[in-house]
Amino acid sequence: MLELKNISYRVGTPDGELEILKHIDLTIPDRELVVFTGPNGGGKTTLAKIIMGLVRPTEGQVLYHGEDVTELDITERARRGISYGFQQPPRFKGITVQTLLQLASGGEKLTKDRCCAYLTQVGLCANDYLDREVDTSLSGGEVKRIEIATVLARGSSLMIFDEPEAGIDLWSFARLTETFEQLHRRKEHTMIIISHQERIIRLADEIVVVSGGSITNRGSTEEIFPLILANTTGACPVIGRKERSE
Amino acid sequence: MITEIDTKLLEKIADLTGKPTGALNIRKDSGCEARQSTEHIAITGKEDKPGIDIRIQSGTRGEKCYIPVIISKTGLSEMVYNDFYVGDDCDVEIVAGCGIHNAGCDESRHDGVHTFYIGKNSRVHYSEKHYGENAPEQTGKNVMNPKTVVYLGEGSVMQMDTVQIRGIDSTRRETCFVCEAGSEVVVTERLLTHGDQTAESEMEIRLNGAGARGRVISRSVAQDRSRQVFYPKMVGNSACFGHVQCDSIIMGEAKVQSIPAISANCTDAQLVHEAAIGKIAGDQLLKLETLGLTPEEAEETILNGFLA
Repeated sequence: MLELKNISYRVGTPDGELEILKHIDLTIPDRELVVFTGPNGGGKTTLAKIIMGLVRPTEGQVLYHGEDVTELDITERARRGISYGFQQPPRFKGITVQTLLQLASGGEKLTKDRCCAYLTQVGLCANDYLDREVDTSLSGGEVKRIEIATVLARGSSLMIFDEPEAGIDLWSFARLTETFEQLHRRKEHTMIIISHQERIIRLADEIVVVSGGSITNRGSTEEIFPLILANTTGACPVIGRKERSE
Repeated sequence: MITEIDTKLLEKIADLTGKPTGALNIRKDSGCEARQSTEHIAITGKEDKPGIDIRIQSGTRGEKCYIPVIISKTGLSEMVYNDFYVGDDCDVEIVAGCGIHNAGCDESRHDGVHTFYIGKNSRVHYSEKHYGENAPEQTGKNVMNPKTVVYLGEGSVMQMDTVQIRGIDSTRRETCFVCEAGSEVVVTERLLTHGDQTAESEMEIRLNGAGARGRVISRSVAQDRSRQVFYPKMVGNSACFGHVQCDSIIMGEAKVQSIPAISANCTDAQLVHEAAIGKIAGDQLLKLETLGLTPEEAEETILNGFLA
């Protein structure tokens, strides 16, 4: 179980202190798929990064499996079973896809078949990619899918994916959605996915809406999804006015 | 006599373990420790100056030739001339390299000139690793100044892989390729400096013949207070294609200069250069830490990959 207790995150700006996250309390049971959604700049990624240890909260606690991990660094959290798929993954000159998957798996030598399975799950063919360097010769979408494959290879008990759909073409996205669905069906991992995509949102056991640094809503897909749809137009005065006049 | 230290050096610079099959010349402390010719590859000592001639018969394929140099005497300084005559239609691998174990406080230095005369339609894979180390408490400098000149015949291909592993206090590398029609050269240079070391690499690739192709991929890591300067130059004298790519990772208080040059003397010459210097990106470290690596392991992984 993941517990976030009274998490706040503030940064200093020339105009004073800016509150990015405000006193967030959240509990995520094991093996659930939770989607963080909400408007851009609302605090979703910061919240996810606080779970991984990429960002230290100004106040509050992060507990994983009952242990307070707030003061643990990224490496320690990774070793306790938390992993993170970056929205904009870095590239590595000289490091091949196979090496990166091997590093991610952390254990025994990964067989080619195993690597192939991870890459297939993100819609890539192992023969074309295993020996390629994760450098600028790969497109943004390819790097993104390799990033997701590293999280799959890591096989952590808690997997966090930050906008996995961003930069990925429609066909690959469909394959990726299937992968998340299959993973969720196996009930072996807890997953937090930051997403705006309906197909991913519909897979969730719970939707958490993060907006303005707070959790503004949370509940089942059936409860929350209609509210999100209503809000997307309602929040825009121009679209709202046009629709009302029609 | 090959000591345990020599054995380790040979493994490091030439991947040599035991007695290899194929042609061989091991130079140790300016003497000849071992020499072995084969039916197709003849190695002979020079009469007029230090060094050897390596003559590879036309049509020689699938053979290897090892010519490592090791220095274990502190204060030794040598200048060596090795000439390679590679016939037509060959496909051979040449493994050079130099290792210094400095057991004293004096400078040990190896300067070498390798000149290749490669015939037509041959393929040559040439690798050269440089490594230096000091015995505990010893401070003698390790210096290597290699010069490589290659005359590449029509339709021939040469791949040259050079690696400076570590421990070379000062190096000045000079490399020059003269490429005839339809020939191709690929140079990969990997270089690590640390402490107060200095490295300078000057390279010129002259694409003289129509259809000649040249590619230079240079990657370096400069740590601590070390300094590096690169001058890769690609000259297009015909309808040719040349690409120079220099990447450096800079750390600590190191300084790196990368000055690639492309020079076209023919309207059909296509030449490209790219150069980048930067520190290890923070997001690279963070990504590897999310895979369970410590910051130190992450840095080592990035550097090893970059210099692989």
